[in-house]
Amino acid sequence: MATLAFDAPADPILERRRRIQGVATATLKRRKAYSKVAIGICWVFLGIAIVPLVGVVAYVVVKGLPAWNVDFFTQVTEPEGIPGGGVWNAIVGTAEIGALATAVTVPIGLLCGLFLAESDGRISGAVRFTADVMTGVPSITIGIFGYIAIVKNTGHYSGLAGAFAIGVIMLPVIMRAGETAIRGVPHHLSEAALALGARRATIARRVVVPAALPGIVTGVLLAVARGLGETAPLLLTIFGNEYLQWNPNKPIEALPVLIYNNSSQPYADLVQVAWGAALLLLVVVLVLSIGSRIAAAFLQRERR
Amino acid sequence: MIDPVPPPSVAERVGFDTSEVLLGPPVGEPVMRLQDVTVEFAGRKAVRGVSFDAHGGEITSLIGPSGSGKTTLLRALNRMHDTVRTASVTGTVMLGDTDVYAGSTDPTLLRSRVGMVFQRPNPFPTMSIYENAVAGLKFNGVRKKALLEEAAESALIAAALWDSVRDRLKAHASTLSGGEQQRLCIARALAVEPEVLLMDEPTSALDPIATKRIEELIGELKHRVTIIVVTHNMQQAMRVSDRCAFLLMGEDRAGELIEFGPTAKLFSEPGDPRTLDYVNGRFG
Amino acid sequence: MTTRETTQPRGARRGSRLGLPNGVYRGLLAAVAAIFVGLVAWFLVSMIVQAKPAFSTLGFSWIFQKTWDPNHQKFGLLPFIIGTFETTAIALVLAVPIGLGTALALAYLVPHRLRALLSTAVELLAAVPSVVYGLWGLIVLAPLVREYLEPFLTSVLGWTGLFNGPNQGPGLLLAGIILFVMVLPTMMAISRDVLAVVPNEQVEGAMALGATRWQVLRKVVVPGARTGLLGAFTLATGRALGETVAVALVIGNSNFIAHSLKSPAATLPSLIVNNFGESTGTELSALFGAGLVLLVIGVAVNATARVLVRSTSRAGAASVAVA
Repeated sequence: MATLAFDAPADPILERRRRIQGVATATLKRRKAYSKVAIGICWVFLGIAIVPLVGVVAYVVVKGLPAWNVDFFTQVTEPEGIPGGGVWNAIVGTAEIGALATAVTVPIGLLCGLFLAESDGRISGAVRFTADVMTGVPSITIGIFGYIAIVKNTGHYSGLAGAFAIGVIMLPVIMRAGETAIRGVPHHLSEAALALGARRATIARRVVVPAALPGIVTGVLLAVARGLGETAPLLLTIFGNEYLQWNPNKPIEALPVLIYNNSSQPYADLVQVAWGAALLLLVVVLVLSIGSRIAAAFLQRERR
Repeated sequence: MIDPVPPPSVAERVGFDTSEVLLGPPVGEPVMRLQDVTVEFAGRKAVRGVSFDAHGGEITSLIGPSGSGKTTLLRALNRMHDTVRTASVTGTVMLGDTDVYAGSTDPTLLRSRVGMVFQRPNPFPTMSIYENAVAGLKFNGVRKKALLEEAAESALIAAALWDSVRDRLKAHASTLSGGEQQRLCIARALAVEPEVLLMDEPTSALDPIATKRIEELIGELKHRVTIIVVTHNMQQAMRVSDRCAFLLMGEDRAGELIEFGPTAKLFSEPGDPRTLDYVNGRFG
Repeated sequence: MTTRETTQPRGARRGSRLGLPNGVYRGLLAAVAAIFVGLVAWFLVSMIVQAKPAFSTLGFSWIFQKTWDPNHQKFGLLPFIIGTFETTAIALVLAVPIGLGTALALAYLVPHRLRALLSTAVELLAAVPSVVYGLWGLIVLAPLVREYLEPFLTSVLGWTGLFNGPNQGPGLLLAGIILFVMVLPTMMAISRDVLAVVPNEQVEGAMALGATRWQVLRKVVVPGARTGLLGAFTLATGRALGETVAVALVIGNSNFIAHSLKSPAATLPSLIVNNFGESTGTELSALFGAGLVLLVIGVAVNATARVLVRSTSRAGAASVAVA
């Protein structure tokens, strides 16, 4: 074997450069192939992820649309075998629960958000952490809380108990979203008002909250979207009702509960109603989510 | 009977015929040659028609006011614009006999031959000091521990960091000061033993003392690697560089090369009135 | 609460001086925050109080007993605890690699124009109610799993003993898959965010050293985002552990410890929701106890997740939006 010229003592740096570039060149194909395969796997995973997610939405649309007609939105549910019927009772229930929970939690949540945004002590840190943890607590345990707190004490299931449970779920979400939005308001705005001698409450109402409104609206709408889709807490609190019930102090029906109860029935017509209700719920939740983005963008533009 | 065993050649140790691998030519010869280099973003020229040679064993500085395309030009030399979809580079950049923008040139391999140091120190925060120093070697497939340690030590010594970190090589890179972090980044680039080292305003994020040490370091490194350094600071260019390229924003806001020559001449008797204006303007 | 703030004396000249005095304003905020804290305290105390009869009747060991048989006053929670962790484990085995790969693709590989669109779509999917996933799983996925996936897995992995018994559709495997699909958007959205905030300087630093595209992602981007990623995985774990209706619809609901991934099983939430209506006395209290156990697990997991996610600030905002 021929001895290569640079066996003679060479500049150690040149020799090392030669070795490193040798390895780099020799391994290039392997490294590039490895990179291609790994990145290919990422793409495959993206495909794997998209199939079921698109599948869920597509199925709900395809199966749910045929269930939609005038009766579906205006009539109450019928038992299996009886044609017609709708989900009007569930729409009313979901709307009532959503409205009650929102009406109570938005003011409380925003004030709590202000509290968190304006104080940086240990206490507010603990409150913030509690709120964070509460956003992830299993929702069924909050259903149990609703049962203990309202159903047990009043002696009957009711829309109010459901609204209470949904409110407990929404509250920490609104708090944290409100805080994030309020903290995003530039300091110079409130400092300018402070320099004019304004009080904190006035600054909050006139300067900070209006400036934070896009973020607040987004947060509230997302919280409502989440609250309306919750099922487990309602199963333990509102009981369900085949008839139209406007009184929130009575057992009422709600869309998620109706979907849950109907989907495991062995009757095609009830499952059909479940698909229709699922589509309705999906549309409501997506409209709220997309609406929150549009509203935020709109409010942001107004300001300029 | 025992055959006399010859010492293993590099080719044997590497397991690969390295005789084709190109090395930097001797001192004083052009190492990196730019010919009519133009960089466009979405059809808009950012740098137009720049030609000059960076010589081995020398430091070439790129100076000019902001917006003159210094950094854009520098990033064209190791194909960092490849990741920008709308960017296109025309003209020729030669690294020795390698056409940087030829279809057969692999950008990954090219970047192991052309190192880069950035404006702000960017050591990998999740890696230790040692891991940072050998990161480039590992990216390039070097696995042998002896070679890794040898290269890391040599690079850390060259970057004037060895004495202060030799006892805490396993500490996180974020425990270093800003100036030390930048020296670690220099060591990280040197460890791969590149032929050319591109430096993009390497002291702009550092305090004056750290700046001075990096400048001294750059001067010491020129025997090891050909350096092209972008700076907005003319005194720095005068202090560290052997040759200097002066860029200025020309028509339709594209950077153009106004003058290229030995640093001393460019500053004392510039051939172009615009260079004179710039040099005088800066020095008041 | 807001009414008091908005009433102002009429004809005030210097409106900016009016409004609540700072002390009162601060007190009001603190009082409202105290309402929230009180609510949480009420929640915890009432769970404990209601579960107490079960603990005093059955002792502490009932949590880890194997038999749930209300007719014989046996309320062992072990099958459900195991079921909860098994379904979550199946979901995570699928969701961690796929969520990470997808998030990398969304943050760094997909063409720029599509990135925003796909990321928004993923965030919207995270808002799809879980009962919709459950309905889809029961009606659409269950037959597919029974006819195709279970026979396939049995023939390929039957030797492991994990796939003994008949192919049924509803069971541990299906529940795990539904949980995987359900937590995937959350996982993708948060992971994408924490990966995208890794500084570009780090990416360029690696590129400039001659790293391949994958080396940049694997050695610099993923380690740089590891805390946030861990937080995303933990949040997803919390959601999977606590999910009720999607699981209850597809797990088959059996009170026995499953010996095969194809067997029906139950989780703590599905146990509660399936038995709540008909329970009284000790059984009801045992269900509250099951809720308390679930709460403890859920709080532990979520507290961990929050600590991890909070260290990457932008991801914190994202997690509020999608979690």
